[in-house]
Amino acid sequence: MKAAPFLFAALALLAWEATVRILHTPSYILPGPLDIATAFWSAPTLLLGSLASTLLVTATALATSTLLGVALALLTALSPGARAAILPWAIVLQVTPIVAIAPLIIVWIGDPFTALVVCATIVAFFPVFSNTAAGLAAVPPELLDLFRLNHATRWQTLRLLRIPAAIPQFLAGLRISGGLALVGAVVAEFVAGSGGVASGLAFRILEAGYRLQIPRMFAALALLSAAGLAINAALGTLQHWLLRRME
Amino acid sequence: MLALVNVTRQYPNGTTALQDATLAVDHGEFIALLGPSGCGKSTLLRLIAGLDQPTSGTVTTQTKTIGYVFQDPTLLPWATAEQNVVLPLRLQHRPGDPLDALARVGLRDFTQARPRELSGGMRMRVSLARALVANPDLLLLDEPFAALDESTRHTLQQDLRVLCKQQGCSAIFVTHSIYEAAYLATRIVIMSPRPGRIVHQFSSGVPNSPDRRLSPEYTALVAQITHAMQATP
Repeated sequence: MKAAPFLFAALALLAWEATVRILHTPSYILPGPLDIATAFWSAPTLLLGSLASTLLVTATALATSTLLGVALALLTALSPGARAAILPWAIVLQVTPIVAIAPLIIVWIGDPFTALVVCATIVAFFPVFSNTAAGLAAVPPELLDLFRLNHATRWQTLRLLRIPAAIPQFLAGLRISGGLALVGAVVAEFVAGSGGVASGLAFRILEAGYRLQIPRMFAALALLSAAGLAINAALGTLQHWLLRRME
Repeated sequence: MLALVNVTRQYPNGTTALQDATLAVDHGEFIALLGPSGCGKSTLLRLIAGLDQPTSGTVTTQTKTIGYVFQDPTLLPWATAEQNVVLPLRLQHRPGDPLDALARVGLRDFTQARPRELSGGMRMRVSLARALVANPDLLLLDEPFAALDESTRHTLQQDLRVLCKQQGCSAIFVTHSIYEAAYLATRIVIMSPRPGRIVHQFSSGVPNSPDRRLSPEYTALVAQITHAMQATP
């Protein structure tokens, strides 16, 4: 079972390579996997350097959105007023297309790294915030009665009941936000990249596109997919490990 | 130690959960609240515990500590039995011995077990230990054994009687089982539904012996309760 995804990937790559060769597709339309691998090996440090740059933005944005999301979720759990004030703004942030506001953010914030982090944070913030807030709110009413019977303070109820109860939902939200932080970083790089201020993977994709280096473009895309899978797997492992420890 | 005078609880949607209930409870009494579902038994218990406020009437309690046992064990799933039992003490910054409370309900060897590692009956015992840990003078129980199988239920009923006696606390016990009421209670209070009101009260003459289920007084009490409930609309 564990080999299944790798086996499927190998078969798909084989079929891809075969199709490209049989149909004599030019590599500027669709390069085969071997062309793409060659393009990667011809400039590995360039692409890996760009990957590191994108991952740094992603990690910083994920950390920022987690801190911000959890802090605001705790605020909504402590005060209904804060909940009413924060929730609409969180939804506004979620539905605003990042492509539309990224140029403004990049202009407002002079420093390119900070601007990219802000854009990726806006994209990654909502799942971790809304999942944590929902987890903190969805506590069985009988347990809340138990705490009320024992004259628990709001802070005690939060610390001893709501926070531990919300951890599974928080972890599920974190996993979604991890993927979105990468998407946000790439989208912001695309917008910023056309101004020539960044060196992330999205910039390499744009650059390779302009120069018709399509195999390199695909190599950068492949790295991006691999990074997404790795982030998801890492957060998934963290999720399972923490949940197993809690049981 | 507890007095309800003309207590009515009406919900904002117009439903009257409890109407004009008057009830006095003395030290050492074990009261069974009996009636069909929806007759306001749980509402009465919540009003006594202070989890709900009456629309009219007064609830006066002279109790120091109330122990509450819910219909479900209501344990923190991530915490051990000991951590669950110590919770009331921790919340109220009071001294007490959670291990002793667990030993009293027969769970001396399971103090470090999590709820999912325990059977339904054992979980209910943890819940009972949590209600007893602060040495309450009044124990409120809301159909605590309804979800258990019959033999577990019998053992727990027996243990509950002994524990209440040891502790010297009064108890109000919500149930819809005539047999449970006849076995446990010193006084039986029968309620009728829609709107919930107290329609009958009588005290039990069943002797205080371990095999009281076999006594003629027990059989007579079961018959008396059955007739009273059949006469209830």
